[in-house]
Amino acid sequence: MHIPDGYLGPATCGVFYAVMLPIWTVASKIVKRTLKVRQVPMLAIGAAFSFVIMMFNVPIPGGTTGHAVGGVLVAILLGPWAACIAITVALVIQALLFGDGGITAIGANCFNMAFILPFVGYYVYRLISVGSQIGSKRRVIAAGIGAYLGINVAALCAGIEFGLQPLLHHTANGQSLYCPYGLNVAIPAMLGEHMLVFGWIEVIVTALVVKYLQKQSPELLEGGR
Amino acid sequence: MKTTTKFMIGIAVLVALSPLGLLLPARFKAGSAWGEWGADEMQKLVGYVPKGLEKLSSLWSAPMPDYAFKGWEEKGLSHLSLAYIVSAILGIIVIAIVILLIGKILSRGNE
Repeated sequence: MHIPDGYLGPATCGVFYAVMLPIWTVASKIVKRTLKVRQVPMLAIGAAFSFVIMMFNVPIPGGTTGHAVGGVLVAILLGPWAACIAITVALVIQALLFGDGGITAIGANCFNMAFILPFVGYYVYRLISVGSQIGSKRRVIAAGIGAYLGINVAALCAGIEFGLQPLLHHTANGQSLYCPYGLNVAIPAMLGEHMLVFGWIEVIVTALVVKYLQKQSPELLEGGR
Repeated sequence: MKTTTKFMIGIAVLVALSPLGLLLPARFKAGSAWGEWGADEMQKLVGYVPKGLEKLSSLWSAPMPDYAFKGWEEKGLSHLSLAYIVSAILGIIVIAIVILLIGKILSRGNE
C-alpha cells in the first residue's frame, strides 16, 4: 500500500499533504496533552512494531505481495492520535531511507495508513467492545474486526487515489501520465487482495497480541483513550 | 519482566524473522505489490511508461533502496536476507531516535 513517486499526480499529492497537515497538528496537540514521559518508550515501540511488521511481505502465489501495517493494534494500545504519529514516523523513515513509498506520496500514504487505518480500526474496536470486560472474548473479536475494517478501508482509499489518476492526468492520445489504471481496476485490485489475504494478517496479528495482553498486561488494554 | 522489555524482545524476534518477508515472495514467485512496479515492469504491463511516472520515479534516491545495500541487486537471497535484517535494525534505531525526540518535546511537563 506504499504508493511510490510517480503514481499520483501533483494535484493529488498536494491535496493529501494539505489534508494531513491539520491532522498532524491536532495529533501533536492531543498527544502533547495526554502523553506522559514514561509512555514515550511505548510510542517508540509502537512505531518500531509497525515498521517491522510492514517488512513481512506476504505473497499471493504467482501474483502480488502485500503486508499488514499493525496500526490498529498500535491504536488500540496507545489511542488513534498517538498511533497516527507513530505510523507517520515509520512511513517517513521507510520513504527516506528505503525508498518504500514515494516522497511526493507521503501525504497520501500517511492519510491511508497513519490516519484512516488506525482511526477506523480503533473506533470499530471501541464500538464492538463497549461495556465488555477487559479479558472478554468480545474484545479479541472487536480487535480482529477493527483490524480487518481498518486495513481494508485504507486499501480502498489507496485504490481510489490510484484509480483517479487516469481521469485527472492524460496526454492527448489517451496515455496516462501517472498511474495508468482507472478506478475499475485499481479499487478491485487493492480492496480485493486486502480483503482476501493481507487483511487477515492484520486480523491475526492484532487479535493474537490483544489476547496475549489480556492475560499478561491487561492494564495496557484499559489505556488508549 | 517489564512489559516494555517483553515488547522489545518481541520486536527483536520479528527482526530476526523479517527475511521471511523476502524469502516467501521469492519462493512463491510473487512479484511487486500492486501499484509499486518499476518502469520496466510498467512497460510490460501496459505497453508504455507513463511520462509523469518516468520523471517522478527517480526523484528520490534512497540510501538503502528496497531494504538492501546499493549494488546488491544481483546478490543471492542469503546476502539480501542479511541486508534485510540490517535494514530492520537501522530503521528501528532511526525511528526510536526520532520518536524519543518527538516524545521529549510533546511530553514536556507531563510527569
